[in-house]
Amino acid sequence: MAGKTLYDKLWDAHVVKQRKDGTALIYIDRQLVHEVTSPQAFEGLRIAGRKLWRADANLATPDHNVPSLKSERDGGVAGIVEDVSRIQVETLDDNCDEFGVTEFEINDIRQGIVHVVGPEQGATLPGMTVVCGDSHTATHGALGALAHGIGTSEVEHAMATQCLIQKKMKNMLIRVDGTLRPGITPKDVILAIIGKIGTAGGTGHAIEFGGSVFRDMSIEGRMTVCNMAIEAGALVGMVAVDQTTLDYVEGRPYAPKAELWAQAVNYWRTLRSDDDASFDTIVEVDAETIVPQVTWGNSPEMVAAIDGVVPSPETTSDPAKRAAIERALEYMGLTGGMAITDIQLDCVFIGSCTNSRIEDLRAAAAVVKGKTKAASVKRALVVPGSGLVKAQAEREGLDKIFVDAGLEWREPSCSMCLAMNSDKLGDGEHCASTSNRNFEGRQGFGGRTHLVSPEMAAAAAIAGHFVDVRDVMGL
Amino acid sequence: MKKFTTVEGVVAPIDRANVDTDMIIPKQFLKSIKRSGFGPFLFDEQRYLDVGEPGMDCSDRPLNPDFPLNFPRYQGAEILLARDNFGCGSSREHAPWAIEDSGFRVLIAPSFADIFFNNCFKNALLPIVLKEYIVDLLFEEMYQEEGYSLTVDLARQVVVRPNGEEVLFEIDEFRKHCLVNGLDDIGLTLQDADAIREFEQSWQQRSPWLFNAGP
Repeated sequence: MAGKTLYDKLWDAHVVKQRKDGTALIYIDRQLVHEVTSPQAFEGLRIAGRKLWRADANLATPDHNVPSLKSERDGGVAGIVEDVSRIQVETLDDNCDEFGVTEFEINDIRQGIVHVVGPEQGATLPGMTVVCGDSHTATHGALGALAHGIGTSEVEHAMATQCLIQKKMKNMLIRVDGTLRPGITPKDVILAIIGKIGTAGGTGHAIEFGGSVFRDMSIEGRMTVCNMAIEAGALVGMVAVDQTTLDYVEGRPYAPKAELWAQAVNYWRTLRSDDDASFDTIVEVDAETIVPQVTWGNSPEMVAAIDGVVPSPETTSDPAKRAAIERALEYMGLTGGMAITDIQLDCVFIGSCTNSRIEDLRAAAAVVKGKTKAASVKRALVVPGSGLVKAQAEREGLDKIFVDAGLEWREPSCSMCLAMNSDKLGDGEHCASTSNRNFEGRQGFGGRTHLVSPEMAAAAAIAGHFVDVRDVMGL
Repeated sequence: MKKFTTVEGVVAPIDRANVDTDMIIPKQFLKSIKRSGFGPFLFDEQRYLDVGEPGMDCSDRPLNPDFPLNFPRYQGAEILLARDNFGCGSSREHAPWAIEDSGFRVLIAPSFADIFFNNCFKNALLPIVLKEYIVDLLFEEMYQEEGYSLTVDLARQVVVRPNGEEVLFEIDEFRKHCLVNGLDDIGLTLQDADAIREFEQSWQQRSPWLFNAGP
């Protein structure tokens, strides 16, 4: 019998009931809850007179709507200026009280972006099934968990039954072997992968990221990669458990202790694909070929190397692709053939569930240290992913480095990744952003997003346009 | 949930690939704590010439005359014809809520993004995957004929073209059962409550660390 993939193992361990029609009832170990996709789920429970199946499997924190400005934040929930945002955060607080869900409220130091908070607290663990009403839930796959985003009806379903009705996906292996060149980051790796397989390349698959590059990567880096599995079309991105995983998890507040830890580790060590496991699809990427990446269009697959150019519509004969390029160039205000380094920036955003962890902030700070933001860059925001990340960064003096360089140091929130709080791009503004989506209007009506690594965003803040961070850092 | 049987309706186009859920319903409308009322804001940035805000009265907003859903010929459409990877991006169920609230019952495309596809079934919306050349053909016929309508018969799993030709489509048996009977997933799953409890007990024995309340 052929061996099992990591996904096969996680799936098999959680099957409550296999149905004849090919679907299965899958047990959910952890649900993360935030204010945007949960109110209608709680309301549904209330109307039907249902309770949570297991309240302690849920953990909530507000993130999308909470202000990043300290002055607004100091007023707590009541201080949120915009009525609809305040009501949504208040509703989460009320629902968590009513249904008995633990919540890290707006000014709790543990509050932050759900996908930063879960791993940081040890509330998401290897081997778990993790869901959240947010497509970037794949982030937690970095720990060897089976994690994916769901819609609000499924949020309610998981709350009421601790299960989801699912159909098993196909297995995809994305293997990146070799050694990354100096200055190349996990964000460049995932953007290069998306550029190669396209935004629907992983549809219907659970992706496992394998190969020496991911083995050598920190958990923070693996989270950046798994976070964007959805931008490659896959609900799930995962990395096998290894010593790096165990070292990351050990000692975190919700992680098992003492005997339970030893027992858990025994199981977690089995969470890797067997050597003879078979995958439906295998994609191989040579680490040596990856250079810093910058997106130029309105789909994450519209990505180019920093030393490359914005493509011209003539470069493709496929009429649909040509139309997509033309439309993107028009929206982005770019011309085919122009150098990526000639794209001028109005704004820089360092944050989001993709790149707001301590390692990201350290990397960005190292680039801007002792330098000054270009005058042409109107705004440069640094938004830590959680209160604990913020505190750690401040202990290390990173906040001061950013502020001295002319960047703004903000409070933990999703912020300008999707502009649900007051951090928005203006019409026509170009932004170097460490987030995950460059869709039209994503960061504000008419805003023009370029996805990059924290290091590249930091270098762009100083230069006022895109530059190869390796040149800046003398690598 | 509404029961889904047969839909005979006008077809309207969204003729571009990779339509994301940010486009279907922009983020400012996600601040609602309700499930209804998203219809007027469907494709807000494409549909109107001004910037939409939640709670706005859309009846006097300036419409974008170039956006197909604003064309008189597509008013009252119940079937949305789309391109590859429709509904990609954010998991927001507000996207199918807005589509359903606008009167659509069926979506037809060569492919859908996974989360969006799944969300449709929870909202009495039927997403149908057809081969690309058939979708191309439907687009062609629709553009040629004002008032172009299709009949979608879920029980027989066919899309009937105006000339009477039938195109078969696939659907999971369970999803079909739920749509046809208007069944609530949660109620169905709770019929298996004993199986869930049994699994939970055995899982807790094997993985006790997952059942620790916290620090």
